[in-house]
Amino acid sequence: MSTVTLSGAQMIIKSLVDQGVEVIFGYPGGAVLPIYDELFKQNQIRHVLVRHEQGAVHAAEGYARSTGKVGVVLVTSGPGATNAVTGLTDALMDSIPVVCLTGQVPTHLIGNDAFQECDTTGITRPCTKHNYLVKEVDKLAKTMHEAFYVARTGRPGPVVIDIPKDVQFAAGPYTGPENIVHKTYKPKTEGDAPAIERAVDLLMSAKKPIIYAGGGVINAGPEASDLLREFVTLTNYPTTLTLMGLGALPANAPQFLGMLGMHGTYEANWAMHDCDVMLALGARFDDRITGRVDAFSPNSKKIHVDIDPSSINKNIRADVPIIGDAKTVLEQILAAWKKRGAKPNGDALAAWWRQIDAWRDVKCLSFETNDKTIKPQQAIRRLFELTRDRDPYITTEVGQHQMWAAQHFDFFAPNRWMTSGGLGTMGYGLPAAIGVQMAHPDALVIDIAGEASILMNIQEISTAVQYRLPVKIFITNNRYMGMVRQWQELLHGSRYSESYSEALPDFVKLAEAYGALGLRAETPADLDETIVRMIDYDGPVIADIAVDPAENCFPMIPSGQAHNEMILAASDDAIDEKGKVLV
Amino acid sequence: MSATPTGAQQPGAAYTFQEAAEDIRRHAFAVVVDNEPGVLARVIGLFSGRGYNIESLTVSTVTEDESVSRITIVTSGTEMVIEQIKAQLARLIPVHDVHDLTIEGDVIEKEVALIKVVAKEHQRRESLRIADIFKATVADTTLESFVFQIQGSPGKVDSFVELMRALGETEVARSGVVAMSRGAGVISAE
Ligand SMILES: Cc1ncc(C[n+]2csc(CCOP(=O)(O)OP(=O)(O)O)c2C)c(N)n1
Ligand SMILES: [Mg+2]
Repeated sequence: MSTVTLSGAQMIIKSLVDQGVEVIFGYPGGAVLPIYDELFKQNQIRHVLVRHEQGAVHAAEGYARSTGKVGVVLVTSGPGATNAVTGLTDALMDSIPVVCLTGQVPTHLIGNDAFQECDTTGITRPCTKHNYLVKEVDKLAKTMHEAFYVARTGRPGPVVIDIPKDVQFAAGPYTGPENIVHKTYKPKTEGDAPAIERAVDLLMSAKKPIIYAGGGVINAGPEASDLLREFVTLTNYPTTLTLMGLGALPANAPQFLGMLGMHGTYEANWAMHDCDVMLALGARFDDRITGRVDAFSPNSKKIHVDIDPSSINKNIRADVPIIGDAKTVLEQILAAWKKRGAKPNGDALAAWWRQIDAWRDVKCLSFETNDKTIKPQQAIRRLFELTRDRDPYITTEVGQHQMWAAQHFDFFAPNRWMTSGGLGTMGYGLPAAIGVQMAHPDALVIDIAGEASILMNIQEISTAVQYRLPVKIFITNNRYMGMVRQWQELLHGSRYSESYSEALPDFVKLAEAYGALGLRAETPADLDETIVRMIDYDGPVIADIAVDPAENCFPMIPSGQAHNEMILAASDDAIDEKGKVLV
Repeated sequence: MSATPTGAQQPGAAYTFQEAAEDIRRHAFAVVVDNEPGVLARVIGLFSGRGYNIESLTVSTVTEDESVSRITIVTSGTEMVIEQIKAQLARLIPVHDVHDLTIEGDVIEKEVALIKVVAKEHQRRESLRIADIFKATVADTTLESFVFQIQGSPGKVDSFVELMRALGETEVARSGVVAMSRGAGVISAE
């Protein structure tokens, strides 16, 4: 293998190009100037200048989630790195592949409390899948390629490479991405054959089956979603998706029961509770899904497919654990099912569907409209209906609007829905939308936002304007931190401590100040027109939609309770004393 | 160290239910890792971050080229927690291999300790006599003190330390546990 000698900074650019990177999100500073200088001299990689490093990481996440590629971030040492921490944690919790390059003070100053020094690898150790401090330029190229490999394979996640400034200047040999094999990190993608057979045994004999699929199916690539649809169509088994999994099965599939969990549908949660065989695919039984663990789906045999062995038996015991990639394991299950000529248990399945249809008849997501105030659910439903033929990409902030978006916006394909699930990061949606729009310049990209969340990374409108990214910010403005207010109503005697959005900016003027278009809808009569103007405008828009400030998000499994204890509307004693200590 | 509160909070979940009557058991793990900077911090951070116990932790390189280290960790938890600890350790990128020695068969656990006892007259003579029974050796002596060196199972060291404490002012330094399975099976350091 022929090697060329490059400076560390040149190596970084070259390895990014060799990894197929087209876009990076970043913010300059003293400790990364050599890299910015090399960026200046080339035109293979586009750099998007964000306005805050947290925004850079979320943008990279949006880019990654909407493309399946690795998102790349470049930030300076000290405050640049610490500002990135929330984004890194978000990417870790939601298993999003990100490589984040951080500048560091020169090696001889490390540990000296030098200007803009921080212990980046120390700080980011618990919020990355892995991190590196590269002290010798000879190791830089290999580390870069290894980082991409680690970020993208197995259960994806964020990887930080901390690069001291002297290493960026030093010269050393460049090696390409070929033959990057890690000594110890070798994720397993194929499920064990005997476990697949046992899973098929269980699935064949099921009387009340359910498929519960999550973000692992999205991460396994669009083929995994195709395979899921094939299996669901073949068996006619009812299927529910987690917040992270929305889009893995088209929302109009007759077998789709909607999202499950704390704000999931009545039918999905009851079916989870009453099922006798559960196939969990790339989902991790987290506490928003299970509710009270000791009452979670008490009578079912559970097949748990996950690429991360530590997800198995973490919260819920699996009867048939299968470690592997969702796509590969779905292929294996489908093959075994077909080979054995398996058929679902027709009569039992028909009875199960009758039961599920009775739950569906509750119409748990219905809401009433009037002609005075816009209901937030109505705003989101109309947004869906008026954009459905545009194959839109949706990001969200965090709060009630996020849950309403999950409930009332339908997704028909994977990689269209980007929301902060695990960490619940307010301020995620706008920068994520910027990342999505960079990857899909002609697509309709909408951030469904709350008026409180959007202010957490509002500065990124500037980025959208600079790069002519026509992202749409659709604010369901209830003048409250609605989700906080809802919990205060349920748990704390409606004492709305600090949850009113006081002194809000005029969002129309704010949009204009940034050079974007501002729109406002006050009444249901304005709603459609505002949405149409928003999507027809060729540029970034903030649409400020005044919605009913008192509306709460239901159905809901009150914290600390079981799936069959979910509530459809507010009542005083929904949450007991024990539940109050939970979040 | 950090003990799990009663009522057993599940690591990683927000819920404080269940596991009322589950057995807490002590396990010794052998963790084979790349000897690279930060690897020990990753292991320790994992235990503190997820609320697991560390009763004892020892580490040293075990290959000629010093590229691989073996960490011995003694911890305790319910079956589910122990299984989680193993899976979480295995997930760290520089970890080659994780062995739960306690479930893999009979395990030898040994420790070295130095115990200084400041005592006179009868107590001083008694400390020597007990040291003899425990096969502890004298590593240092003055007219009013001994430093004993003892090796053996953690339980043996515990008993010795306890007896010495009764005889005078003591100072104790313990190495922590190193452990290995009995029999011919070899955990490779590759
Ligand atoms: C960074 C961050 N801080 C605090 C919270 C806690 N939190 C969750 S939802 C929420 C209120 C969000 O208000 P808004 O954006 O207006 O959305 P709404 O619930 O009103 O739709 C808060 C404060 C959070 N999720 N993220
Ligand atoms: Mg709000």
